[in-house]
Amino acid sequence: MDMPTPDPRVLARKDRLVRRLQAVLPSDAVIHDEAETRAYECDALTAYRCPPLCVVLPSRTEDVAAILRICHEEGVPVVPRGAGTSLAGGSLPTADSVILGVARMNEVLEVDYDNRFVRVQSGRTNLSVTGAVEEEGFFYAPDPSSQLACAIAGNIAMNSGGAHCLKYGVTTNNLLGVKLVLMDGTVTEIGGAHLDAGGLDLLGVICGSEGQLGVVTEATLRILPKPEGARPVLMGFDSTEVAGQCVSDIIKAGVLPVAIEFMDRLCIRACEEFAGAGYPDCEALLIVEVEGSEAEIDAQLGRILEIARTHDPVELRESGSEEESARIWLGRKSAFGAMGQINDYMCLDGTIPVSELPMVLRRIGELSKDYGLAVGNVFHAGDGNMHPLILFDANKPGDLEKCEAFGADILRLCVDAGGCLTGEHGVGIEKRDLMLHQYGAADLEAQMAVKDVFDPDWLLNPAKVFPLASSYRRRVVRMAAE
Amino acid sequence: MLTPGNEAELAEMVAAQDAPVRIAGGGTRLADTGPVLSTAGLRGIVTYEPGALTLVVQAGTPVAEVEAALAEEGQRLAFEPMDHRGLLGTEGAPTIGGVVAANVSGPRRVQVGACRDFLLGVRFVDGAGQVIRNGGRVMKNVTGYDLVKLMAGSWGTLGVLSEVALKVLPVPEAEATVQVAVPDAKSAVRVLSAALGSPFEVTGAAHDPAAGLALLRVEGFAASVDYRAGRLEALLDQFGTVSRADDSAALWRSLRDVAAFHDRPGDVWRISVKPGNAPDIAARAQAEALLFDWGGGLIWARVPEGTDLRARLGAFSGHATLVRGAPETRARLGMFQPEPAPLARIGAGLRARFDPRGVFNPGLMG
Repeated sequence: MDMPTPDPRVLARKDRLVRRLQAVLPSDAVIHDEAETRAYECDALTAYRCPPLCVVLPSRTEDVAAILRICHEEGVPVVPRGAGTSLAGGSLPTADSVILGVARMNEVLEVDYDNRFVRVQSGRTNLSVTGAVEEEGFFYAPDPSSQLACAIAGNIAMNSGGAHCLKYGVTTNNLLGVKLVLMDGTVTEIGGAHLDAGGLDLLGVICGSEGQLGVVTEATLRILPKPEGARPVLMGFDSTEVAGQCVSDIIKAGVLPVAIEFMDRLCIRACEEFAGAGYPDCEALLIVEVEGSEAEIDAQLGRILEIARTHDPVELRESGSEEESARIWLGRKSAFGAMGQINDYMCLDGTIPVSELPMVLRRIGELSKDYGLAVGNVFHAGDGNMHPLILFDANKPGDLEKCEAFGADILRLCVDAGGCLTGEHGVGIEKRDLMLHQYGAADLEAQMAVKDVFDPDWLLNPAKVFPLASSYRRRVVRMAAE
Repeated sequence: MLTPGNEAELAEMVAAQDAPVRIAGGGTRLADTGPVLSTAGLRGIVTYEPGALTLVVQAGTPVAEVEAALAEEGQRLAFEPMDHRGLLGTEGAPTIGGVVAANVSGPRRVQVGACRDFLLGVRFVDGAGQVIRNGGRVMKNVTGYDLVKLMAGSWGTLGVLSEVALKVLPVPEAEATVQVAVPDAKSAVRVLSAALGSPFEVTGAAHDPAAGLALLRVEGFAASVDYRAGRLEALLDQFGTVSRADDSAALWRSLRDVAAFHDRPGDVWRISVKPGNAPDIAARAQAEALLFDWGGGLIWARVPEGTDLRARLGAFSGHATLVRGAPETRARLGMFQPEPAPLARIGAGLRARFDPRGVFNPGLMG
């Protein structure tokens, strides 16, 4: 994955930049020692690393504004960073960039149960937002797998989803407002505790813009009352095609489960060996969860099981207790760890129309044979968000490259099936060069025009999202103008 | 009136357009005179997959046609778009593109989200006459910037929608409405908040001051609706006399379309606020009639013609939109709440980039 050549003029200004940042920030908030900046050389896409020029760790919106103002004046690129859990390289630095980490900004600023929102600093972790409101029976709905570690700032940048978005939506559907600092240091607020921000839906554009339009320092998030209860059911099928059809039939029947998770044979076996969850040995497994009171759950699961039975399942297991529910989820929740035991893996994130599931799975199987790399499929089936896990050996020369080529083929397949490159992880650097497979030049130009308006000098996270060739002129004009 | 018959014609007409035009779908919210570009010729369902809950449809397709197709499969537009004709005294057929362009969302918005939350993808023609695509037809998509949201509620100022992809949902088996007698808006919002803070999945939370009622809708499978309505009654009994509404569907249709203000004189404003602030903001409006939706978060206010409602409200967190008013009033007050300087600057910047010649609805959004 190419990154732009660092600007030598920016590298030469490091000392002056550090001095200016130190002048406005507490001494422990500026990291410029090369041994220490190394801790920020990558995010969860660990195959790519590059230490930044320096790292700043502000604790207030005012500090973020001061940092951006200085970087703007100095013409230094800024890479915003939440908790560094991006699987797409969203917070991968370049050597001439400043990492702006919001991890220290983790306060809860306001909790309002009557109006059902919470206002937090953006460095707060996803799970601890729910932690702040669960005593009163509320929760924050988006639940990415990394929710223990990932920050709300990153959730907003990537428009993160999770297992339960079939019912509750993704970040953008649960975000009411932000405090945003623009690259020139201007602080502004969009939305708030009311529904639908006035004017153009800038909130909707900020969410998912991968830190390229501004730095979010505070977020107003919708919180929801917890359901009375939830219960999963596990279903095993002899073919992935039949499992896919079952998903479609459940959705069509008017039952809206809170989650429908899918695993194929390779994942089932890996999870079984790793976690011993007692999964049946079959081609495809579904976990379907519904919510409500006991009686409501019984009624919904009754309908779901009725549908499942028409597809000749090899196993139908209804949970009878909290313990059994936990066991049903155990394997699914340890899927990534289990696959990691077998080998290194790359996790993809394409989305497809649910109806194309059987075709796409079959084609992935064929590609797997062609490339000679095994792939396991575990994903959110209800919304078509796939997570193929390609196994490879990072120590074997050429394997990473082969794996990346395989991954690109799968993502192109998703697009060709009527889907998209990424459902919840973001483009980052990982899918940047595939963007032209999904969008035409004019489509990308329209997106880049938005960045031109928010960040005319293209200083915020500039080497992400768009193919480097597509954004070249904009990035180089900035450098040439100095 | 310009009425292109397909997207390519639309693009050609826009490219050749050298004077401002008003963008219209069915013309049900069109209040100004002057040349009109209508999308009514872009009509028809492109793809509908009930098993995937997705619908792709040309922008000029009448909402009624969309709803009929969905109803055949037991599905619907869950964001419950209002029909403006009664309130505005207009005729014509509302189009799906018009609904999206104005992000029209009804009572269910409080629980399931707005039109923009159900919009999966768009095709539109920008001010230079180029066709732009964004999003797609899948429910989870973070590939590049979300111009889908930007187009929803942009009122035709950034481009003319030619096609939209929407997430649809099943029509529930049953619905019921619990009503609580309340003396004033403050008590009403307290009731609505208690209900929305319960786990009983309220899909409508309104207050009709004329009837002195707080209204709460639940939807779902019959047994579940019964159960939840019962639990709500028990929960809300402490606030006032509790009863069930007779015809829940008709009641919410009337609330959705603000039927209480039809054929009544005066301007109509729509105010978006934090629900807890609603009683105070509503009092400041000194309105002749009020209606509260979204748990109090949406206030409909009917005031004498020409009233500068924003002056009455003063500074508040939220925004007020002039929905019905004479051309002179709209010209003087503007339809939309003025924005803080940085946001106004960004909005103007976006309009300048997407519509460099300023031909789409100039002045409508700033």
